Amino acid sequence: MNGQPLLSVQDLRVHFGAGKKLFGKAATIKAIDGVTFDLRPGETLGVVGESGCGKSTLGRAILRLIDPTAGRVLWLGEDMAGLRGEALRRERRNMQVIFQDPVASLDPRMTVGQAIERPLITFEAGLSGEERRRRVQEMMELVGLPRTWAGRYPHEFSGGQCQRVGIARAMILRPKLIVCDEPVSALDVSIQAQIINLLMRLQREFGLSLLFISHNLSVVRHISNRVMVLYLGKVMEIADRDDLYARQLHPYTQALMSAVPIPDPRLERQRDKLLLSGDLPSPINPPSGCRFRTRCPIATARCAAEEPAYTPFGKGHLVACHYAGTKPGDVSHS
Amino acid sequence: MLSTPRAAEVRASGTAAPLLEVQGLTVRFRTERKSLQALTDIGFSMAPGEILGIVGESGSGKTQILLTMMGLLAENGRAFGSVKLHGEEVLNLPSDKLDRIRGSRMTMIFQDPMTSLNPYMRVGKQLTEVLVKHRGVGGSEAVRQAAAMLEHVRIPEAQRRMGMYPHEFSGGMRQRAMIAMALLCKPALLLADEPTTALDVTVQAQILMLMRDLARESGTSVVLVTHDLGVVADLCDRVIVLYGGRIMEDGPIDDVFYNPKHPYTKGLLRSMPRLDEKTHGDLPTIPGQPPVLSLLSGGCPFEARCELRQDHCKSVFPPLVRSGPRRLSCHEVSL
Repeated sequence: MNGQPLLSVQDLRVHFGAGKKLFGKAATIKAIDGVTFDLRPGETLGVVGESGCGKSTLGRAILRLIDPTAGRVLWLGEDMAGLRGEALRRERRNMQVIFQDPVASLDPRMTVGQAIERPLITFEAGLSGEERRRRVQEMMELVGLPRTWAGRYPHEFSGGQCQRVGIARAMILRPKLIVCDEPVSALDVSIQAQIINLLMRLQREFGLSLLFISHNLSVVRHISNRVMVLYLGKVMEIADRDDLYARQLHPYTQALMSAVPIPDPRLERQRDKLLLSGDLPSPINPPSGCRFRTRCPIATARCAAEEPAYTPFGKGHLVACHYAGTKPGDVSHS
Repeated sequence: MLSTPRAAEVRASGTAAPLLEVQGLTVRFRTERKSLQALTDIGFSMAPGEILGIVGESGSGKTQILLTMMGLLAENGRAFGSVKLHGEEVLNLPSDKLDRIRGSRMTMIFQDPMTSLNPYMRVGKQLTEVLVKHRGVGGSEAVRQAAAMLEHVRIPEAQRRMGMYPHEFSGGMRQRAMIAMALLCKPALLLADEPTTALDVTVQAQILMLMRDLARESGTSVVLVTHDLGVVADLCDRVIVLYGGRIMEDGPIDDVFYNPKHPYTKGLLRSMPRLDEKTHGDLPTIPGQPPVLSLLSGGCPFEARCELRQDHCKSVFPPLVRSGPRRLSCHEVSL
C-alpha cells in the first residue's frame, strides 16, 4: 500500500474503428472503455474475463504496443503518453511481455541463445560479445535450462521449454514489469505448474510486478495478489485475491467462479452452478447502463438506465453493481 | 431426471450389455525414418448412458483413440485390435460401410467446431441434411426438428439462425450447433474431443450441462477426451488416464480422484491449481517434459519422470492389472 505505484492506469480507453456503415457514423469497437487501477512494485495483478473482454488489449496498451484512445498510463508517476522516440525506448526496457504461444513467439531460425541475447544487443550496445554470452548463460540457468543448450533451435524444445526461453528473454534486461498474456494456457497440466512456480520465484527474487492476464481463474488465484475482473472493456470488480475468492460481490464474478469446474467429484455434484445465458454482447454496441445487464440474473430496469458507479467494500475492494453483494432472488423486480 | 440411475450403477448391476467394447487397440504410424506407436493395447468397454473421460497430455494418444474409432486415421497410420459397437466390428471397415454407422450410431464432435461445419452452407441446411441422410426425414418435418434441436441446445432465435452461415455464429453457438447436429442422429455413442477447451468457462458450463442431459435423457454414451481434470470431475462417471499411448490407470472417478494409485495420476492431481485452494506456495510439479513417442523404449513411458522408478521400469512395461472396477499399470504400486 505504501509508496508510489509502479504503474497507474487512469480511465484508459482503447477504441478501434470497425469500418464504415453504409449510412451514418463509422462503428467503433470499445475494447477498453474506461479502466482505472494501480500496480504496485512487486505485486501480481491478475486480469480475468471472457474472450473479448479486452484483457489482451489492456496489456498491449500498457506496453504502448497500441496507442490508447484516451486516458493516462503513469509509469513511476510520469505520463507515458508524453514519451516519444528515445525516451520511450529507454523506459520500455523496464517492461517486458510473455505471450501465450511459446513456440510462435520465437524465431525458428534463431538459436535460443540468440533469442535471449537479442534485447541486450538492442539496449546494452556497450556490452562485449563475451559479456553478453555470460549473461545469456546465467539467465538460462536461472529459468532452468541447461546453459549448453544456447546453440539449439526452438524446434528442438518442448512447449514448456520454449516458454522458459521466452521468460529468459523477458528477464534478461531485469525489467520492473512483465505483462504475462495467458503464459501457461497452451501448456500441458504437468508443465503448467513448473512455469507458474518459475514465474513466482522470479517475482520474489527480483521484486518484479506482474500483470497476469488469464482466463483460468484457478491459476490466477494461485499467482495473484490482487484480481481485476473485466467485462466488455470495463472493470466489474477488483479486490485483494483472498477477499475476492472469499466473497464475490458482482454477479458476473459470481457466475465466472461458479462455472469453473473443480477437480473434486463430490464437491462438483453439490455445487450450485449459476449459469449465464447467451454469449458476450458485441463491444461495438454495448448494452446501455450496466453492460452486464443482458446476461445478469438480477438485472432490473435501473440497470438499463443507469451505469453503476464503483462502490467501495473495504480493503480496496471495488464493485460496479447497483446491487453489489445481493444474491439472485433478493432483488425485487418491480 | 434425478430418477435415472447413474450409469455406473447400471453397469455394476450387470444388467446392461456393453455398448462399446475396445480390445487391444494399437495404432502405428509409418514416418520417413521409423515407425511410431501412438497407442498400445488400449482396452475398455462402455455401458449405455455412461460418460467416460480420457485424460492425458499432448502425445498421450487420447485424440487418436477417437479418430481410430471413427475410421479417421491418417493415411500413414494402421490400427490393430478390435472395436465393437453393439457387438459389431467397426475397426478398419471400408468407408461405405462406416458411413452407415458414422453419424447415425456413432458421431464425433471436435475442439474446433469449424472443423465439422461447412462454411459455405447455411446452418439450417447442414442440420436438415443430417436428418435426410441418416434418418430418412425430409422436407418441412426436417426443418421443424432441426429448429427444435437448436432451441434445445439453447440457441436463441433458432428459427432465424437456421438461415445463417457458421461465421455469423459465436464460438459457443457454433459448438452448440455442432452438438445439435450430433444429437439429431440420436447416436448411441458420442465421441467428444476437447469440446469445451476453446470456450470460455461460462459457455463451457452450458455445454457440459447439455452433454450430461443428453446422456441421462437419451442414454447416449459419451467418450470425453480432455486435459482438464475439473471437467472430468464435473461430468464423467469413469476416467482413463493415458500416458505415452498406454493406459496408466482406470476407474470410477471418485476412486481415481480421492485415492489415485498411479504416480502420474497423483502428480497430475497435485500439480493443478484449484479454484478453492487455500495455499499459495510452490505447486508440486511433475519434473521433466511430456514423452516423445519416438524415444520411448519398451518399458513404462512415465519412467523417466517417475519418483518411484526402479531399474525394471525402463525395460519391462507393467501389465494392466484389474481389481474390482479399477485397473492400474505400475510395477511399484498395487491396487
